[in-house]
Amino acid sequence: MASRGQDSAGLVIFSDGIPDGKYRYSIRVTEDQLPQADVKKIVDSLQQELAKALNTEVEVERVRPDGGVFVTTNDVDAVQAELFNIVPDASLVGYGQHMEILKDVGSPADVCNRFEVRDRSGYQAIGHTRMATESAVTIEHSHPFAPNSDLAVVHNGTFSNPFMVRRELAEQGIYTVTDNDTEVAARLIGRELAAGKQMAEALTTVTTTMDGFYTLLVGTADEFAVVRDSFACKPLVVAETDDYVAVASEYVAMVDLPNINDAQIYEPKPEELYIWKSNQDSSDKPVVTSLS
Amino acid sequence: MEVKSGQQRQTSSDQLVLDLNEITLRELNNRLRELEDGANVTIENPRGQHSICVGQLKRLNVTVNGHAGYFLGGLCDGPDITVNGSVGVACGENLMRGTIRVHGNASSNGGASAHGGTIIIDGDASSRTGISLKGGTIAVAGDIGHMSAFMAQAGTILVGGNAGYALGDSLYEAVIYVQGSIDSFGADAREEDMTEDDVAKVRELVELTGFDHIDPENVKRVASAKTLYHFDALKGQEY
Amino acid sequence: MKPIDKNEHPAVDRTHLAENHTWQPEMISYVQDMARTGLYEIRGGGGKRKVPSFDDLSFLAAAASRYPLEGYREKCTTETVLGTRFAENPIKLDIPVTIAGMSFGALSAQAKEALGRAATHVGTSTTTGDGGMTEEERQASKLLVYQLLPSRYGFNPRDVQRADAIEVVINQGAKPGGGGMLLGQKVSERVAKMRTLPPGIDQRSSSRHPDWTGPDDLTIKIEELREATGWKVPIYVKIGATRVLNDVKLAINAGADVVVVDGMVGGTAATQDVYMEHTGIPTLAAVRLARQAISEMGMDGEVQLMVSGGLRTGADVAKALALGADCVSLGMAVLIAMGMNSKTLEMDGQLYDLSDEYEALGTTADHYHHLHTGLCPAGIATQDPELSKRLDVDTAARRVINYLNALVMELTTLARACGKSSVHNLEPEDLVALTIESAAMAKVPLAGTDWIPGQSF
Repeated sequence: MASRGQDSAGLVIFSDGIPDGKYRYSIRVTEDQLPQADVKKIVDSLQQELAKALNTEVEVERVRPDGGVFVTTNDVDAVQAELFNIVPDASLVGYGQHMEILKDVGSPADVCNRFEVRDRSGYQAIGHTRMATESAVTIEHSHPFAPNSDLAVVHNGTFSNPFMVRRELAEQGIYTVTDNDTEVAARLIGRELAAGKQMAEALTTVTTTMDGFYTLLVGTADEFAVVRDSFACKPLVVAETDDYVAVASEYVAMVDLPNINDAQIYEPKPEELYIWKSNQDSSDKPVVTSLS
Repeated sequence: MEVKSGQQRQTSSDQLVLDLNEITLRELNNRLRELEDGANVTIENPRGQHSICVGQLKRLNVTVNGHAGYFLGGLCDGPDITVNGSVGVACGENLMRGTIRVHGNASSNGGASAHGGTIIIDGDASSRTGISLKGGTIAVAGDIGHMSAFMAQAGTILVGGNAGYALGDSLYEAVIYVQGSIDSFGADAREEDMTEDDVAKVRELVELTGFDHIDPENVKRVASAKTLYHFDALKGQEY
Repeated sequence: MKPIDKNEHPAVDRTHLAENHTWQPEMISYVQDMARTGLYEIRGGGGKRKVPSFDDLSFLAAAASRYPLEGYREKCTTETVLGTRFAENPIKLDIPVTIAGMSFGALSAQAKEALGRAATHVGTSTTTGDGGMTEEERQASKLLVYQLLPSRYGFNPRDVQRADAIEVVINQGAKPGGGGMLLGQKVSERVAKMRTLPPGIDQRSSSRHPDWTGPDDLTIKIEELREATGWKVPIYVKIGATRVLNDVKLAINAGADVVVVDGMVGGTAATQDVYMEHTGIPTLAAVRLARQAISEMGMDGEVQLMVSGGLRTGADVAKALALGADCVSLGMAVLIAMGMNSKTLEMDGQLYDLSDEYEALGTTADHYHHLHTGLCPAGIATQDPELSKRLDVDTAARRVINYLNALVMELTTLARACGKSSVHNLEPEDLVALTIESAAMAKVPLAGTDWIPGQSF
């Protein structure tokens, strides 16, 4: 899976939801490779202080090499504010009822080993390996980008007008934390979905606003979508079986999937939206909407 | 499916099996280069790897059992390759001579800049098939994707299914025959009347490929209108 | 002394004759040509505008604190090895100066052969250019770099396997973001055949490769080229200088052995003027950024940096090496050495005046940029059989040998003056800048100060 980049890697896992009123927060407390005991100490103390500050229950679902997955109130603004009070260097990688996100720099294999990805499960996941083009190689710059609750976006390609879209978003009070072009697209999708738009509408906004070459994958709690620009130069392959749908830049990344030899394999067409509903019993076929 | 009409080569009965689970890609390509004309080789477990059987200049008979990645049979001048599976981006890129037969689908840029040889896809082929084609033949039983034959200079493309948008954009002398529908023509591409020579050419290709669903009397010929042959800025600036 | 009537004004008021910097005579012609023809200007040569260059730098040669080496006596080595990262057979050059890719088509077969012979004689490599490899060129050049260009004209796997290195051309300094443009008059029968095109058409080369897009695909492409050549020969990646820091890193990430960075004043046979004058960054700035990228990747000594674009003299080469290049490559310079833009032509022992022919092209010797016309009076940038004959291969090769020898002597002279026994030991600290612009771009201090604009320490 690493043939397209060894700079960084990231993963989002969507698993069974936690109760309404609460979110699962993926929180990085350190960018250093600290001993696990030290990380656990920080996580434990953050848990206690956060609970005190928020005056509510805070659980630690999982301790990770970079921090932990916390479960508490879905008042994101309050959690974020208190988090930075307590651990100023902390970073909120992503949050939602279903989603856990991890990202790191280094080779995908190392990242997966470090985060023990092999042992994880869920109903939907996106992994990404990065070959940085114009922006820096940092943990923040790694994909996926997760601007909203239960929303994760990854990208292959390069946008050619990210700065003007970033300025437009900033005027609306939507700020990026990196100079990465993908983050701009992610926040644009986030803006649309937060305004109550459907996925198809949100992606149409991307294709009409953003210029350049791109293949985008978007995951939410109940949907999974892909879209390619009109040239569709950046590759994408879909494999569908009765049991799963897999999407990758290349077939080689899917070669070890169960029953891959029986899968229906095809390439999404340019400027068409492919949207799969997660947790859908009847069919794994995507809803395909043509933009052209 | 066997490649017909004179495409078969004299073969020896020895069948060499090279398993990509056992040797590296580099060993594979080096081993292939050491073989003599007419050798028969089967490649097992390609597992989507790139650059299988590239840069081969001998007249080998190669069978690949499974799906291949980018550039299958790229930079070749000689071998006949059969793939029992699908191929990734740009199979047969810059092919000079020989045949690539894919019993599956082909990803984008198939036969990019091929100067000769024959590429036969039994399934569908994706976008930009035959981009920059400089000779030879590409035959696709099913559909081809958008912008196929972009800037194709010479050679022939036969499509048994439908063609995606902007077919034949900026074509030079290459000719495309399409049995099904065409989403749109690219700049300077147009449909032309079929001549007897065209019908004979398509019949020959149907014979070669076994694509019996194609009716040589009933395909569309797409070629260059030649309005871009000489630079004219007054033609509008979108192109 | 003559009395002046106070009410008398001079016949010409000088304020009306003030030079208009916005509307220079060339610009007035440029706009009026666009209005007349509806076409933008297509020409050859390369960018003409004044940009900060190696001329704006000077060496801090040895005096009391450092010891110079004796010119012509004490050794100063020039050997250069390219492609040490992955290739089984790196390229070993006697001098850190190579001949850049120039196509058969843009140049006559005679010109290509002369370059090949000269390069072999001085122990360096030539590069094919668009349109494939000619037999004359392969025979003449001991070390031949085979370019893989977006157009793939005449690209042949058999030639891949008889090349000494492969250069993947992403684009070039004269026209980053664009392809070339060979106008019909140069598309002769032989050129047309090599490019699989109808003769006489205007031929636009593509700006992207047909079989890969983006740096991740490039990784796979380079691997294919290695597989096709048995990992024997070095793979170069050539990039027009724009986002140099990013692009060099990506080329290295994709697996390049050698990165070739071509600055904005680099030459070309034919492209739109607007590309040449309004895209890219000067070579001076590009070298430093490219070296920075290689260092940040930890690839110093492993990936080599070749620099090109507007280099002419041993001083230019010495400064490029000091700023971080391992090697340079020359294009326009060797054409000029062969006689391009010369008022005179020597043929069969007779000297001829070419002024009339330059005038017929609407130019003069010294201002000839009409490589796109194929009417080169010197017989270099042409496919016309009569014009081509003017270039005597032996004479042209001799001129290039002389030029390269003299240029390398200039290079070693400067290196020795700085106390270096190898030209590769020149370093940025050996240089100062004579202008603020060049100080900022080359990141060396303004002469007489320790000030590098934009650097806080």
